[in-house]
Amino acid sequence: MKDIKEKIFQTIAYLAALLTVICLLAIIYGIFHDGLSLFKVVSWKDFLFTNNWYPTHYPPSFGAWALIIGSLTVTLGALIIALPLSLGSAIFIAEIASPRLREIVKPIIELLAGIPSVVYGLFGMAFLAPLIRQWFSLDTGLNLFTSSLILGIMVIPIICSISEDAMNSVPHSIREASLALGATKSETIFKAVIPAAKKGIIGSILLGFGRAIGETMVVLMVSGGAAQIPKSIFEPVRPLTSTIAAEMGETIMGDLHYNALFALAIVLLIITFFSNLITEIVFRPKRQK
Amino acid sequence: MNRRKGKNTFWIMMMTLMLIFTAGFLVVFIVRIISLGAPVLSWKFIVEPPREAMTEGGIFPALMGTFLLTALAMIFALPSGIFTAIWLTHYGKPAWLVNILHIVINTMAGIPSIIFGLFGMAIFVNLMGFKVSLLSGSLTLAILALPVLINNTEQAIRSVPADFSEASLALGATTRQTISRVVFPAALPNILTGAIISVGRVAGETAPIMFTAATFYSRRLPHSLQDEVMALPYHIYALMTEGTHPEAQVPIAYGTALVLLILVLLIDATAIIIRSYMRKKRQW
Amino acid sequence: MVEKQIWTSNLNLWFGKNHILHNINLEAYKNNITAIIGPSGCGKSTLLRCFNRMNDLIPDMELTGKVYLGNKDIYAPKTDVYAVRASVGMVFQKPNPFPKSIYHNVAYGLQIQAKYTKSEIKERVEESLKAAWLWDEVKDRLHHSAMSLSGGQQQRLCIARALANKPQVLLLDEPTSALDPQSTAKIEELCLSLKNSVTILMVTHNVAQAGRISDYTAFLYLGELVEFGKTEHIFTVPKDKRTEEYLTGVFG
Repeated sequence: MKDIKEKIFQTIAYLAALLTVICLLAIIYGIFHDGLSLFKVVSWKDFLFTNNWYPTHYPPSFGAWALIIGSLTVTLGALIIALPLSLGSAIFIAEIASPRLREIVKPIIELLAGIPSVVYGLFGMAFLAPLIRQWFSLDTGLNLFTSSLILGIMVIPIICSISEDAMNSVPHSIREASLALGATKSETIFKAVIPAAKKGIIGSILLGFGRAIGETMVVLMVSGGAAQIPKSIFEPVRPLTSTIAAEMGETIMGDLHYNALFALAIVLLIITFFSNLITEIVFRPKRQK
Repeated sequence: MNRRKGKNTFWIMMMTLMLIFTAGFLVVFIVRIISLGAPVLSWKFIVEPPREAMTEGGIFPALMGTFLLTALAMIFALPSGIFTAIWLTHYGKPAWLVNILHIVINTMAGIPSIIFGLFGMAIFVNLMGFKVSLLSGSLTLAILALPVLINNTEQAIRSVPADFSEASLALGATTRQTISRVVFPAALPNILTGAIISVGRVAGETAPIMFTAATFYSRRLPHSLQDEVMALPYHIYALMTEGTHPEAQVPIAYGTALVLLILVLLIDATAIIIRSYMRKKRQW
Repeated sequence: MVEKQIWTSNLNLWFGKNHILHNINLEAYKNNITAIIGPSGCGKSTLLRCFNRMNDLIPDMELTGKVYLGNKDIYAPKTDVYAVRASVGMVFQKPNPFPKSIYHNVAYGLQIQAKYTKSEIKERVEESLKAAWLWDEVKDRLHHSAMSLSGGQQQRLCIARALANKPQVLLLDEPTSALDPQSTAKIEELCLSLKNSVTILMVTHNVAQAGRISDYTAFLYLGELVEFGKTEHIFTVPKDKRTEEYLTGVFG
């Protein structure tokens, strides 16, 4: 009796584990199955490297280059804004702030990391975009710069919280050793603490990258949605995610446009796979210890 | 030496400045949402359906929709997430499957939410024929929540000292009895914290439900799993992009955003409070 | 005459490629205390865990030879390993009560067997706590957390928890190494009183402790059973030079 119950329990656990693997396989299958159909009609080179996304024209053309560039530039911009702010804040909280201040600030940062992205999107669309249009006297505030700014603000809590954890877990003795050798506080931070926390910091940046490039709602609401390669930071763009979200409603299952949007998802999946892979490689030696 | 001291002061000021900037940005953001959302809030706003082409009325169907989607998603995700974590921590054979599972979980955690939406549309809505419905949406959200849930549960279980399992096994308990009577109760507060945080995430997601569950406007609540639902996050997006009367709809969007924000922050704060309370109370 | 209670026959054990135990033939007699001594890393604890099959939990463990509990080979193919563990109790180095109440700690072994009524369990809990000399100290707070007890009390609770299963054999793995001298003395006395009802096998690296309370002593060195016999013989006229060196403190 004991044995039968034990067997059943073990089997349930095993099936749950298998189900998890099946979920990922189903995601990959679902996306690739519908996306790869596009390449029966359009060559993958044209898809990736030409710049003419006119899915509803006759005949339609599916050149996603501008969309890929859109995603990359928005993400790059977001990281340029977020990195100094989030890492600076993380250093401040971990190394400079009093323990009391840290106790207060750390949970707030963690809370901020949980704010839904659509709320950031609303803030960008209804408040920041009109402001930026005014300040820089532009035709529209819905552009690359505004998107990057919002995305940047959005990933700050994520990068800050994880890199702060990394610095906080550096043993105290390392700081003492550096200070005892006559180093100043900032020298200790840059030459002793940060090198020791390097892996966690890189991991947090990669996570921020993944979050920014995969974010849909903010860019859907703020990026302006023009499928062009931006000539300045104040021009509208159309990243991969917002293209999928904006156009999926207009397609019919099985038509070429539908397949093309799944093909965009393949590009997105591959980019996030690679950023995950780098994270895995960065963290692996640590895990084996 | 003076130059080094100066450098030190400079950098410390820089870091302080960065934190002040960050805090400034986030304060402007929160204050803006609160100050524009608060005037709209009222009891009627919570309990009434929208009226007059979304330019008046409340958000009751969206609130209930989000509640139903989130609750169903957790009902689907919790058992399989917890059992997967149990398998990882207590059975875990063969070893290569454990490694694969860890890679799978990390990969899934990194997939953008819009991809889950596409997947849900292709598999649940189209292939399985569940249509755009509460069922499709909550299944999609369940899969989205799975990796985080498994990771949190696994960590929670691993933080229970091995001494406890050993003592239980040495008394003649089976692995199942050891898990259900000793390990699981000891890990429960941490498992709950992780689950609550997942609830917060799921409640705020928009992209996964856009094509699988959400509808722009519905005066009534869903009657079955096959019905479309409104949801708070999608409601905000719809008000901002699909409306015809922005001057009336933007304030409602702010009000909805404030409700969503309060909801999510309350959920997360509960988790953080449980965690710190349990850390203080924990006896091992 | 003494009667064999639990014993090994040509026991060999490997963890992966490491040969940990070499051809062990050790006997423990009914109502006696047998001490297993030896330098750290000699395989004492591993040997002890062969008697209740706790080594089964280590993935690449391999074992040859036999372990008998009252004429039954506990490694025989159809053996109920859970029943073995219930009838061979074990107490660990560090007190490890569950984060439950005192009462539920002692009741645990009976509850999982699901064949006792509530009143039987209640009776047995009291009996076991009395046998472990803990009853008077805890009878008024049975439903308080076991974590509120002192280290020595926790260890006696662990003994009571093992006794509740009415084991034939009690395995003690350095049970006093985490305790203060007073608590240690109390547990040693307790062992002497318990041997009337249960056979005790005890690992210790405290040679004096083995001398104080054990009837038989086994000296284990690098996974080999070097010498086994009556404690007074081992301590006064050891036959093997290594035993003598260990007892006089040359190594270990």
